[in-house]
Amino acid sequence: MAFESLGEKLQGIIKKLRGQSRLSDANMEAMLKEIRVALLEADVNFKVVKSFIEEVRSKAIGQDVLKKLNPSQMIVSIVQDELTKLLGGEEKTLTLNKNRPTIILMVGLQGSGKTTSSAKLAAFYKNKEKKKVLLGALDVYRPAAIEQLEILAKQIDVETYQEGKKDPVQIAKNAKKYAYDNHFDALILDTAGRLSIDETLMDELKNIKKEIEPDFILLVVDAMSGQEAANVALTFNDALALNGLIMSKLDSDARGGAALSIKYLTGLTIKFVGSGEKLNDLEIFHPDRMASRILGMGDILTLVEKAKEEVDEKQAKKIAHKMLEGDFNLDDMMSQMHQFNKLGSMAILRLIPGMPKLSDEQKALMKKELRNFEIIISSMTSEERKNPDIIKNSRKLRIAKGSGKQVQDINRMLNRFYKTKEMMKQMKGMSKGGKIPPGFGGLNLPF
Amino acid sequence: MGLISFLKEKFKKKTVSEEDKTYDQALSKSRNELSLKMKTLAKKAKKVNALYFEQLEEILIEADVGANLTLALVEETINLAKAKKMDEPDEINELLIDLMFQKYYDDYKDNHEIKFRDDRGSVVLITGVNGVGKTTSIAKLGYRYLKQGKKVCFVAADTFRAAAIEQLDEHAKRLDVPIVKGSPNEDPSSVIYRGLDYMISHGIDLLLIDTSGRLHNKDYLMRELGKINRVIEKRLGAPADESLLVLDATTGQNGLEQARAFLGTLPLTGLIITKMDGTSKGGIILAINQELHLPVRFIGLGEKMDDLKLFDLDKFLYSLLIGEDKE
Repeated sequence: MAFESLGEKLQGIIKKLRGQSRLSDANMEAMLKEIRVALLEADVNFKVVKSFIEEVRSKAIGQDVLKKLNPSQMIVSIVQDELTKLLGGEEKTLTLNKNRPTIILMVGLQGSGKTTSSAKLAAFYKNKEKKKVLLGALDVYRPAAIEQLEILAKQIDVETYQEGKKDPVQIAKNAKKYAYDNHFDALILDTAGRLSIDETLMDELKNIKKEIEPDFILLVVDAMSGQEAANVALTFNDALALNGLIMSKLDSDARGGAALSIKYLTGLTIKFVGSGEKLNDLEIFHPDRMASRILGMGDILTLVEKAKEEVDEKQAKKIAHKMLEGDFNLDDMMSQMHQFNKLGSMAILRLIPGMPKLSDEQKALMKKELRNFEIIISSMTSEERKNPDIIKNSRKLRIAKGSGKQVQDINRMLNRFYKTKEMMKQMKGMSKGGKIPPGFGGLNLPF
Repeated sequence: MGLISFLKEKFKKKTVSEEDKTYDQALSKSRNELSLKMKTLAKKAKKVNALYFEQLEEILIEADVGANLTLALVEETINLAKAKKMDEPDEINELLIDLMFQKYYDDYKDNHEIKFRDDRGSVVLITGVNGVGKTTSIAKLGYRYLKQGKKVCFVAADTFRAAAIEQLDEHAKRLDVPIVKGSPNEDPSSVIYRGLDYMISHGIDLLLIDTSGRLHNKDYLMRELGKINRVIEKRLGAPADESLLVLDATTGQNGLEQARAFLGTLPLTGLIITKMDGTSKGGIILAINQELHLPVRFIGLGEKMDDLKLFDLDKFLYSLLIGEDKE
């Protein structure tokens, strides 16, 4: 996940303040200096860093942080506010037209991820907003770019408009007409990658814009790009008057400099972010949530949304209920693990506030363990799953043989199961008949 | 002798070749960002003070040299300037430039073409994160060595990205080069295995292997790359003759993380820097050299087939620091 190293540094810096009941001038300056270096290292633009530090300093002085009793908390909230501002303040989503096709033109440098982002955006509107989407292939230069778009379109079951390698301006016009004639809700046009200094290709984009008057022009920016990102956005913006950005490859370990600099330097905001390799890995960008994720405060809103989207709510409720009743069995544990897997499993942990950071190895171990549990449970009879108490030595031996595991693996799995069950009972005591929110029932993990 | 005077001396009398021109043009944006800004700063400054150094820092960081390296370099400059009692802005600038590039220079060994062997073809594995220009670089490398009379073959082992195989296939057709293709979602290792067989049975001199773009922080994808490497080793008794990492010049400090991660999985023999003409930065080359000692082997200076050049440090620095439009 992007921002990770910046986040760790900022959290570390702020943590140092935590024990202190008062803050001195010197402490604060030292902290600001550290924040400055952390931001610069994360590829945040120099000017942005300067203004950020100034803002934090003046707010801290304005609110008399030095005299207050819990300075670290105040600093955190100031930093959070300022980060949110840098990331774009309040999010403004793109609303599609009601009575005619919305035309979205995707532009960007080579390799920034336009074609993939076009397909992801199409999937977003099709699946989340139930819209009829058309993809238009205007990249007539890169070998096999059209095929790429067509293959992706097929995967998400969306129609493609293409005319092979003809004049992109003409294809754009025809695609628009096709979208109008066939009552599409949205037309997303994938264009060729180009350098901002390439005048011929920039003119081509201007012509396309003039001819088809798109509702939105979105620039796709690679999250890993460095100080150049702002320049690129500025040149494209000058030429085309952009409506916003899609930041791709945010699932990399990018330090986030581009995302943190672009709003300040160009006034453009990020609308969507690409968060994985699958075609449904495109998310609306929420500056406030990202800011709190950077500061390690989790992102419970996204977690709830994800859970609602991915988890079968009825199933989750049923399990939650069973858990509280205490008749939680191995079948339930299995289906719980499935639900967890659906959520993109390990990535989700980062959204949980206070969740310790797991190393890749730990994550891989956890995954392996879960997979092993699944294999073991699959080798049991349905009676054994419903009533694990009957599993004694001879059954264990059989299960071990059937699943290719050792008896101690079976024991470990059963131990986990009983522990989880025990935890459920305690939770029931705590909640005293109170309700566990749907979706969360399915999230209590067997570890 | 300072670096600048050395370069000026070296390029003084020589006639300007086509390649020199390409370097010059491709680096003009970077030159404006780095050396021109430094010169302007020196001209405007009446004296050297703390503010002057801060502005130098700013210029370097904005050129993607990286905060840590920049802060260290500027501090060293301050100390040296004090010791040598320098206070002319021009002198300070030269001192900083020397510090910046001297290490690179000392490390630098003459760059060479891809290694060829007598007993069999040379295997070159091309890797990198998504969108850096792996496939295009392969086409350009193929073009380069076809011109040198080598028998080239492509292996399309990016079986993940939609139409990646078709993309390389189209290049292969244009260049009239044989290609061993995988089918979508086939295990890349098995495609590569077939490629190696083809190389040996058809007397190919250069086997260029295209791999899927993979983010360096995705464990499972890096493991796949490790497997590819092992398969090559198993088939040939030795790892790929060259494993090159393709880096996009517009990448910021993340380029360092990319190089580090790939280096942890593969015995990289060098870097290909792409899209240099599109950026005004490129300071990341410095940071990578400083930390990982990976040589830049090829550099992409334009979109034409022959715009992927063998990296020439003298030319690079001359174009970056001085250029044809000197004063």
